Amino acid sequence: MTQPSGPHDLGGLDAGPVDLAEKDTAYWEWQIDAMIRLALQKGLLTDFAELRDGIERLAPEDYEKLSYYERWARSLAYALVSKGILQQADIDQTIAALRQRQAGR
Amino acid sequence: MTLPLYRPGQRVRIADRTPATHHRVPAYAKGQTAVVERVCGEHGQPENFIRGNGEPLTRLYRVRLLQRELWPDYRGSHLDKLDLEVFEHWLEPAHG
Amino acid sequence: MGDHHDHSKTFQPDHPEPTSDDALLGLALRELLIDGGYFTAAEEQAVIEKMQGASPENGGHIVARAWKDPEFKARLLDHGSEAIKELGFDLSPTEFTVLENSRSIHNVVVCTLCSCYPRALLGMSPAWYKSKNYRARVVREPRQVLAEFGVELSSEVEVRVHDSTAELRYMVLPQRPAGTEGWTEQQLAALVTRDSLIGTQRTLTTG
Repeated sequence: MTQPSGPHDLGGLDAGPVDLAEKDTAYWEWQIDAMIRLALQKGLLTDFAELRDGIERLAPEDYEKLSYYERWARSLAYALVSKGILQQADIDQTIAALRQRQAGR
Repeated sequence: MTLPLYRPGQRVRIADRTPATHHRVPAYAKGQTAVVERVCGEHGQPENFIRGNGEPLTRLYRVRLLQRELWPDYRGSHLDKLDLEVFEHWLEPAHG
Repeated sequence: MGDHHDHSKTFQPDHPEPTSDDALLGLALRELLIDGGYFTAAEEQAVIEKMQGASPENGGHIVARAWKDPEFKARLLDHGSEAIKELGFDLSPTEFTVLENSRSIHNVVVCTLCSCYPRALLGMSPAWYKSKNYRARVVREPRQVLAEFGVELSSEVEVRVHDSTAELRYMVLPQRPAGTEGWTEQQLAALVTRDSLIGTQRTLTTG
């Protein structure tokens, strides 16, 4: 078989039993999902392919470690920063502020 | 709308290449021979949506593989099939 | 943008706060995009409500109509995207494709590269559908994976795996259970489960 083209290219690989447990979607996951839909609607992303491209660029260990919507967040950040829509410094500052707000509650 | 290059029932080969960017052909299907099951509409090419608008619109096909041909160690029936969607620029005529 | 009524700056009190670095990264992007005027918290709320409103009941509705109306079923199998418009559903630009189960054929759907799923008709996809183990294995050993879901198939039944690699979105049309002659469309729709629409359940029960 041809080598997988990235950490996402899973079809046919060896893997364990399927975990059939149902999992609820946390509110922050719905928020990230909605943000992606809106980013597409507003033209911040040209197509879902752009989001997927960023996910496929993740290091294999990150792809494995991150949850589904964490991958989306990571990929959107990559797209928005590389397009100059957001600055990395502002993102870092906002994360720090979010942490502080959480700690203060 | 351009006319489809392939028609249902025709044998095709899925190209075996790996562009550095996003594309929609899984590794397991690359280089495999399949039969066109259904001719679908034209869509933007996933490769061209990265900082682009996806043009040119390209014909999409649903192609069918035999599981026993796809996986040498397949544990199942000789009847079993696998379908996937492949864009026209990833297909070439299969001979024989 | 500093007052406490600003929902873009508050965590939902009835939901657990995310703490992972990448969840916070997501929320930071959200806050910056709202502050930058790219979208509003009200728009976000509307999108979330719409997504949460979608459920497998939509798919069940389509299945029940197909069981009751052979002409609709023929249109659905031939050109799903157009047929479901008759019931008020629109998945364009993706091409909605319905896969009919029969005594001799069983269909099952996966997206090995990502996790494509007809959300508008089936609601949020289950965690296992997005998992590595399902995506990796169901293409190569579908019978073994289906057995883990409790579906045992004889070698007389042809298994068709559908890898949703591009612009098609799939839904399985399960077999109508015996003993449901004369049932209303609504009664029939209530029998249909999410997993039967993905293909990880084969038999629907009336009990």
